[in-house]
Amino acid sequence: MSADRERKAAKLRHLLETEGDAVFENTTHVNEGRYETNSHRDDIDELRGQARAIKEDAIERLPELIEAARTSVEANGGEVYVADDAADANRYITEIAESKGAETLAKSKSMTTEEIEVNDALADVGVDVTETDLGEFVLQVADEAPSHLVGPAFHKSTEDIAELFNAHFDPAEPLETAEDLTQFARDHVGEKIMDADVGMTGANFVFAESGTIALVTNEGNARKCAVTPDTHVAVAGVEKLIPSVDEFPPFAELIARAAGGQDIATYLSLLSPPVDSPVVDFDAPDEPLDGSADDREFHLVLLDNGRTEMRDDDELRETLYCIRCGACANSCANFQHVGGHAFGGETYTGGIATGWEAGVHGLDSAAEFNDLCTGCSRCVDACPVEIDIPWINTVVRDRVNRGTDTEFDWLVEGLTPDADPGGVDVQKRLFGNFGALAKLGSATAPVSNWLADWGPSRALMERVAGVDRRRDLPAFQRETLVDWFESREPLATAGDGDREAVLYPDAYTNYVLVDRGKAAVRTLEALGVDVTVAPCHESGRAPLSQGMIATATENAARVADSLDPYLDDGRDVVVVEPSDLAAFRREYERLLDADRAQRLAANSYEVMEYVYGLLENGADADTLTAGGDVAYHSHCQQRTLDVDQYTEAVFDRLGYDVVTSDVECCGMAGSFGYKSEYYELSVDVGETLADQFEAADVDERELVASGASCHEQLESLLPQASTHPVELVAPAVERVPRSR
Amino acid sequence: MRTDTTDRFADSLEAADVSCTRVEAAEFADALAGVVEQPAVGVPLGIDGVSLDDTDVEIPPTPRLLREAETGVTRVHGIVSYGTFVIQGDEAGAEPVSLYPTTHVGVVRASDLHEDVEETASWLGEEFDAGRDSAVLATGASATADMGELVAGVHGPQRVHAVVVTDR
Ligand code: SF4
Repeated sequence: MSADRERKAAKLRHLLETEGDAVFENTTHVNEGRYETNSHRDDIDELRGQARAIKEDAIERLPELIEAARTSVEANGGEVYVADDAADANRYITEIAESKGAETLAKSKSMTTEEIEVNDALADVGVDVTETDLGEFVLQVADEAPSHLVGPAFHKSTEDIAELFNAHFDPAEPLETAEDLTQFARDHVGEKIMDADVGMTGANFVFAESGTIALVTNEGNARKCAVTPDTHVAVAGVEKLIPSVDEFPPFAELIARAAGGQDIATYLSLLSPPVDSPVVDFDAPDEPLDGSADDREFHLVLLDNGRTEMRDDDELRETLYCIRCGACANSCANFQHVGGHAFGGETYTGGIATGWEAGVHGLDSAAEFNDLCTGCSRCVDACPVEIDIPWINTVVRDRVNRGTDTEFDWLVEGLTPDADPGGVDVQKRLFGNFGALAKLGSATAPVSNWLADWGPSRALMERVAGVDRRRDLPAFQRETLVDWFESREPLATAGDGDREAVLYPDAYTNYVLVDRGKAAVRTLEALGVDVTVAPCHESGRAPLSQGMIATATENAARVADSLDPYLDDGRDVVVVEPSDLAAFRREYERLLDADRAQRLAANSYEVMEYVYGLLENGADADTLTAGGDVAYHSHCQQRTLDVDQYTEAVFDRLGYDVVTSDVECCGMAGSFGYKSEYYELSVDVGETLADQFEAADVDERELVASGASCHEQLESLLPQASTHPVELVAPAVERVPRSR
Repeated sequence: MRTDTTDRFADSLEAADVSCTRVEAAEFADALAGVVEQPAVGVPLGIDGVSLDDTDVEIPPTPRLLREAETGVTRVHGIVSYGTFVIQGDEAGAEPVSLYPTTHVGVVRASDLHEDVEETASWLGEEFDAGRDSAVLATGASATADMGELVAGVHGPQRVHAVVVTDR
């Protein structure tokens, strides 16, 4: 393994051991809440659409909103400062502190102040900063960085915190329970707030029209920081601006649901500072609050720090719609296992962190963890503003690729005539051209399979391309699906089926899992479909996973060229591999002409979705294989597309008893589990799925998985083999084709 | 219609772990005495026929009272769908009084109940235009899960109680 891969693997291993359990417990808990609260409302998607439209419009009108906010805050009696970068913001903030002669500052949680590292700047001018959010306070005591956008101390268990506090504060009675710890921290922090000379907050939203900032919290600390001392500094990225309080409702409904599974946050504070509330001076305890807020001072620091450039960048712009709820992190299988100290950069963590880090700190910070996004797309449904987070990750990966260099290019150069420039990492080029590899492997099978399994060649593959030798490689079949189909006698019914379809054979189905392709053909024919099989061209999914967008674009064009004639003939396109359907439906619009992409997306179906449609339209279910006990793992991208339900509906219709896994992702996600630096993480994630299928009442069931990589992952973790759903329901015996 | 609204508000409050007393203006003082733990601090309610004057609630607030009071009493508006209080910031100190003491008692006129967040936002829009431009939407007691388990009563109140004045 190369030194860099070994370093990454070691870091992940360490985090799996130290922080993994606490992160897993916390994210699981939050996700359960999120699914539960979302299930109570049927207008969530409508609200998401509204929220997104508001953000799109606001970012579009950003310069105008900045000026509107300046006018309204000044009219209220406050100041607005637009800071170009971290240094500029810190200079302004420290000057305020110095001008007030401030010695202490109480601060509520804000990722933007983490981004500029304001605590260090304040310490340099002698201001003592106290973090008042209890999670942030824990980290301040531990001298660690946040590991989550919303739950900064997500990686710490109650025991960890007890140990930390007992060592640091040496209380008379050792602290043990969450209750003890909370009370202790609240009292300690509460005193600091009452003493503070300056209060600092972030802002979840800034309403330009009235100069109002929205603070969303559960603890109440932000309210205290904002209204107790006479001076309040709020720091917010410019992207937090939205026009007016009229636009507030969808965000109020969405943010706490997405962040923590609450219907609404405990406190949604809408403050238009300087506020009217009287200053509370605890040094004059018996002075009645005098009913005047005259001596209040307010500064709104709007931070640019790369955001204007992000706004001008067609691919990164969406990042600015983010409301920092953290749902993308929680829904991410890899994040659930290693947390934000692996899956994050200098400041931001989780799925969208790549976009933020690329924008505010540059590609190097994003590159560190960008590959942890497997593109499973589960975060897409989680995001309250409908950001296509995997696409941002793909784009950043592509940009990172273009900056790298490697000495082994010659090895893949001949094998992988891709459109991406030399310099893309060998490992990525290898996996990004899986179709070419599979074609070669199949043509030379079984020799290629022996060779691939042979120790010295595994060692070479590991050294050069980082293909972990602990992972079994796919076994290529000599007879491909396309060959099999072409050498068959056509059915007597060919040409007069009720429907006509073309099966799209992905590389796995064509070269490796050929049986699932045959079962798909058999099933469709049994249901009265006239089937043909298209040529096998890589869909672009594999290069997309590696951030090779130019290659993916070429692939997409080739697939569209090959399928267009069938679409012209009115055939439906049936896809076996869910990730390829996801490419057709989600990514092709970015790779092809809009019309072409739309036609393909509208006429493509996942195979079980298609079977469902046929049965609904009167096809004879009796020709299929019915009944049995099934343990089913659908595929992450299939779930994002809401297509998984059709497989379950077909099973139901055919009398199967089904137990379905509920983990977000199997952890394999195409090439991810083959990569030596990620192999162990992939196995760790996979074990959560394996555990569900090893449970006492499940382990005897027939194991079924929709995705090729899920199939491989299950195969490596469980004793029983898995099949594709269509293999299960396919007619038991292949009908002997009659000759014409 | 009004009873129906206060019923639904009470249901939502219960779901948010907030207890609720419904009372007519004439019985307000007695009802309040039943729910207020001493010492208590408050700000004028500004509701016709309802006042803190004949109660044990101290007005005006001082920093010491904020620190030591068990109970803080303020007027609020309500959001029916979530059992939310809308606390409008003012010069008398409604914001700190609702925030510092262990228990917050919110006094709400039945006519100040808003159906949902949408309706509340449009009412707030008008209030903002009229210069009353700071408000906190508070739902239940302050809470944190930062220490590994959900604990109530962090920087804000640990208990919340609503007094709904049904004939106002
Ligand atoms: S990208 Fe979406 S899900 Fe992720 S933190 Fe931002 S708003 Fe939340």
